[in-house]
Amino acid sequence: MSVLTISGSPHVHDHQNVRSIMSGVVVAMLPAIFVSIYFFGIDSARVIFISVASCLLFEWLIQKYMLKGPVTITDGSALVTGVLLAFNVPSNIPSLIIVIGALVSIGIAKMTFGGLGKNPFNPALIGRVFLLISFPVQMTTWPIPKPLFSASLTDAITGSTTLGMVKEGVMAGKSMDEIMASTAFPGYLNDFIGAQGGSLGEISAIALLLGAIYLFIRKIITWHIPVAYLGSAFIFSGILYLVDPQTYLNPVMSILAGGMLLGVFFMATDMVTTPMSAKGQILFGLGAGILTITIRNWGAYPEGVSFAILIMNAFTPLINRGFKPKRFGSVPLKSTVKATQKI
Amino acid sequence: MKTFKIGGVHPEEHKLTANKPITQIPLPAQVSIPLSQSLGAPSKLIVEKGAQVKTGQLIAQGESFISANVHSSVSGKIVRIEEVTDASGYRKPAVIIEVEGDEWEESIDRSPNVVTEIALTKDEIIARIKSHGVVGLGGATFPTHVKLMVPPDKKAELLIINGVECEPYLTADHRVMLEKGEEVVTGVRILMKALGVDKAAIGIENNKPDAIAHLQKLSANYPGISVVPLKMKYPQGGEKQLIKAVTGKEVPSGKLPADTGCVVNNIGTALAVYEAVQKNKPLIDRVVTVTGESLTNPSNFMVRIGTSVDYLINQAGGLPTDTGKVISGGPMMGKALTTIDSPVVKGTSGILLMSEKKSRRVVVQNCIRCARCISVCPMGLQPVFLAQYSEHQMFEEAEKANIMDCMECGSCQFTCPAGRPLLDYVRLGKNTVGTIIRNRVKK
Repeated sequence: MSVLTISGSPHVHDHQNVRSIMSGVVVAMLPAIFVSIYFFGIDSARVIFISVASCLLFEWLIQKYMLKGPVTITDGSALVTGVLLAFNVPSNIPSLIIVIGALVSIGIAKMTFGGLGKNPFNPALIGRVFLLISFPVQMTTWPIPKPLFSASLTDAITGSTTLGMVKEGVMAGKSMDEIMASTAFPGYLNDFIGAQGGSLGEISAIALLLGAIYLFIRKIITWHIPVAYLGSAFIFSGILYLVDPQTYLNPVMSILAGGMLLGVFFMATDMVTTPMSAKGQILFGLGAGILTITIRNWGAYPEGVSFAILIMNAFTPLINRGFKPKRFGSVPLKSTVKATQKI
Repeated sequence: MKTFKIGGVHPEEHKLTANKPITQIPLPAQVSIPLSQSLGAPSKLIVEKGAQVKTGQLIAQGESFISANVHSSVSGKIVRIEEVTDASGYRKPAVIIEVEGDEWEESIDRSPNVVTEIALTKDEIIARIKSHGVVGLGGATFPTHVKLMVPPDKKAELLIINGVECEPYLTADHRVMLEKGEEVVTGVRILMKALGVDKAAIGIENNKPDAIAHLQKLSANYPGISVVPLKMKYPQGGEKQLIKAVTGKEVPSGKLPADTGCVVNNIGTALAVYEAVQKNKPLIDRVVTVTGESLTNPSNFMVRIGTSVDYLINQAGGLPTDTGKVISGGPMMGKALTTIDSPVVKGTSGILLMSEKKSRRVVVQNCIRCARCISVCPMGLQPVFLAQYSEHQMFEEAEKANIMDCMECGSCQFTCPAGRPLLDYVRLGKNTVGTIIRNRVKK
């Protein structure tokens, strides 16, 4: 010891950092990754690998050769974006399309705003929506899930998602009972375990819930957004169902089907793009839930989670401005102190 | 179990010295007693270079309302009056005394027996506390007699004794409660008498069950005194947080604790009050925790004011070779010393040695807007924005966002996963906004 370090307090730090948070999110996504590989096979692994690799590559290229600044791809944020982007596309999507999605996610949605922490919109969702609009056919051609090791010969057969069947059915004038009675309709159990068509990360409710429990235990996410999101979606779809059960999907299926759980636990809880105060987060969740059900029922697309979250992302700065935490000592004393009562 | 509501963190405790009894250490060869040891105006020197002083003799007089007397902590000869570097890093005038023997002022009762009978009146008690240089020993060193003179427009109803010691590593108050419990309880009764209140609450966090049980036993005979166990959470030792935890009342922003009818004093202060009032002993020593993972013998020492930090470290086994930082106080709010020649002052609760590796700050990354700083802020502020305002010199916005409410507990920076120096920026903002406000008041 020859020189003492001088710095302001505090002199200790909690052990959590950006990388530990991001790796926590990746661990939470592992169950969904396994389920997708189980049902969609090696194709699913291909999509995840290409998505992650290209997200990391684009972030590295941009930081090193365009910004000529420090390279921070090891912080894990590009890894999370990569997995989430893969989660939001069908498993049979051509590799080149994934690379384009990664470029949009990292290059446009993240790095143009200044990189980690500065992006107003969730990068993976921007990538997904860009692909959905640019490649509508490839993005909505869903392979039928086929358990790994099963001897079925129905390889390369495509079908529709649960919400897709509902949308098509309703448009064709069928009643909900007819739609749900169709043999292709997956039903509650299959939606719960993941035997349904859809983007590769969204199919299994149980895998996503397992991941969500891990996120709660690690305190990476708080209850505010998920509870508000699921609650408002359940109540809103429940009201619609009570009004007309033959036109509107019941609330349980509304939550199990499509990207609701993936969006609720992994994308609507993204720290960067969501409000900071507890009240603001609840408002964010409420808005996203109502928007999701609205888009699903009256929009052109069968699924509305991505748009709902992105729209609420846009409101985040406004919500942050309007909802501030309760300050200590901001309420006048209502206690029994006599001398100061008058002040 | 009670605690405060908003925010708070749980740093690792590292109470290495919780079971180490308070030990007397040999007197050092020399002490440096700074003239300014309390909040408020510096005291005026009343002795000259070359003079012989006794232990407990007054050497500097507090002249303004908020200032405190300073006494010699040793007997010997004043060899120099010069500036020394204190914990703040600034050079401050100090009296350097070469120790010769240990001859105390005759008026001081040095017997070990505990005097529980309170003979003095309310005014005599306050006068004694003032003349004997007692200040808040929790760290802020606010002169105790000022705290006891509650302004006429306010009324004290409850005395709260701070036995929280929520800073990691520090155990000085814990040991005082265990070993000097009777003195502390008597000190609490003296403070109650001085304030004219009939209720006192001793707040202790539940990581010190032995201290809770001990003080509960000792205070059982005094119905006005209650021991309040508190659920562990940093910064519960903050005055406003402690009042909230014990009474549920919130001190309004910009107001004083007395506005809630509460007066808060530290455990160590209660002991110093006891010694001043019952034993006629000025504040010349205190318990200091000397600690750190690499120290061979981390300890709780009874230390004479003015003893150098270097001397204490040697008493605790010598300076470890891996030392990177020496902190006066705890790791959350303590000050990093610029030199280990600095003296122990009335407000020194501990000396913490950190290894070179632990002294380094974490790498600063972009803010990821996780809002953890907001959720842990015990004042309900938004540290991320306060830091940004300061960084961009937007001081008006910082003032509007109540930057002056910040008590610098450091919970935000402790928690920030991006390792951002939030409190550094908030301090900068507080200093500037404070100056702006003072200038505005002057006009």
